[in-house]
Amino acid sequence: MPLAEQIGGATLSWLAYVGNLTRLTSGAARAVFIDPFRGRRVKWSRSMHQALAVGVTAIPVVSLISFFVGLILALQAAYELRRLGALHLVAGTVALSMTRELGPLMTAVVVIGRSGSAFAAEIGTMKVNEEIDALETMALEPVHFLVAPKFAAMLLMMPCLTTWSDLMGVFGGGVFGVMSAGFTSHTYLEATIDALVRRDIFIGLVKSAMFAIVITAVGCQEGFTTGLGSEEVGKSTTAAVVKSIFLVIVMDLVFTSIFYLTAPR
Amino acid sequence: MAGELIPKDDAAAERGAPAISVRDLRVNYGDREILHGISFDAPAGQTLVILGGSGSGKSTLLRTLVGLENPTGGSIWIRGRDFASMKESERDELRKRMGMSFQSGALFGSMTVAENVALPLREHTNLDRSTIDIMVRLKLNQVGLSGFENYMPAQLSGGMRKRAAVARALAMDPEVLFFDEPSAGLDPIIAAGIDDLILKLKQAFHITILVVTHELASAFLIADRMILLIKGNIVADGTPEELRQSTHPRVRQFLDRVPEKELTAEIDYLQMLTGEIPPERQ
Repeated sequence: MPLAEQIGGATLSWLAYVGNLTRLTSGAARAVFIDPFRGRRVKWSRSMHQALAVGVTAIPVVSLISFFVGLILALQAAYELRRLGALHLVAGTVALSMTRELGPLMTAVVVIGRSGSAFAAEIGTMKVNEEIDALETMALEPVHFLVAPKFAAMLLMMPCLTTWSDLMGVFGGGVFGVMSAGFTSHTYLEATIDALVRRDIFIGLVKSAMFAIVITAVGCQEGFTTGLGSEEVGKSTTAAVVKSIFLVIVMDLVFTSIFYLTAPR
Repeated sequence: MAGELIPKDDAAAERGAPAISVRDLRVNYGDREILHGISFDAPAGQTLVILGGSGSGKSTLLRTLVGLENPTGGSIWIRGRDFASMKESERDELRKRMGMSFQSGALFGSMTVAENVALPLREHTNLDRSTIDIMVRLKLNQVGLSGFENYMPAQLSGGMRKRAAVARALAMDPEVLFFDEPSAGLDPIIAAGIDDLILKLKQAFHITILVVTHELASAFLIADRMILLIKGNIVADGTPEELRQSTHPRVRQFLDRVPEKELTAEIDYLQMLTGEIPPERQ
């Protein structure tokens, strides 16, 4: 096949994929934000169940990873800052990097591994077992029944987890700061608060909400497009993780660029 | 309301008016046509068995009748309305009056048997919890699964899973009940039990039942009318007795279980794909 045709074909299939993600997301958003006002009942118990699975049970691993990332950031920053005699800037560097970038990103990676893959596996298994067909014949819309609760749970829990991740990252940086950079816990906290402005935290939370949408859409989409056979469920799960990580990074780049260009100078 | 959309027409039902009329139905998977313009009626209150071998298009027909596949042509008349050209919301209203039992059961693996049966009631009605519990117990009793409320589908045997699926299909008191291969993968005794259940449901509730199967013994036992579907075409439509007496070569081949001749020439293979029977074999 000629190269141009291959590139064209790949571009079209990606565009179609993004189109499907958008359709799934708009369907879920309608079910969560609009349908309740039209008298269509939403079963919040399913969302709560998902919120527990997505958010609460992820706290230990998010805490540990964020703590380590904060510590690593401090070590790396200190390596360079020490040469410049600016070790006191460690606190600000860690705080900014965590809230604007690594908090949302590391949380997204953990949630992709735990929940994005689980969404694909759950819906994929249901597809293979004809359960999705069964839902449709019972006049239960799969997007309303399966995707909407996940969407609501993710949209609620990702910003919460990200905030927690930011705190744990700062704590990790603080451990280094107190032990090796001459801070007390009080001065480290003060330096952190001085370095941060409200916009930094806001940027991180906007990103985390966007990541939540991407992870839910990709996980569910991969589940719905699972082929026949249990092997296909495995493939969908892998695809959900790989595509989610890719799209989250792309989205991160887009948002970071937008925030950079619109930053007050 | 569902009641306004599907007017109860008991008089028509008593006269044996069709609950479902299919006219010139065509279904494609991509470029390949699976059903080549078939027409038939499913009489109200009776059991219609759609017989056919593997690849005959019988499962596609069933999936189209419940709205899981969209036809490329033709119409499906249910209670005087064309199901194929309805809006999705109207279809959903009709679907609440239909029940479907899938080949695998398709029970929700994450829910107990009782939760499976309760699901349509919880989602589509405003009944309180205790009423739903009573109805669930009633439905499970009807299919012989009393006492299995709190079992997970994975803990049930194949036959019990099918029964549970029937209970779920019955949850909304459907007017039409669809079965996809009800006895597939079951031992003869359990399969006979499912046949009995289908007969019992017809007698007790006078619902219209459509069964897709390739099991001859079971088909002749439960059917009021039968259709033989071969390669996307209906080759016979009549009572079980009429089918038994048929001299049509394709019907005889199916009922007498004569194997297909080996495909040796390219033309044989092409004819098999297009569904045309070579003259010397007719």
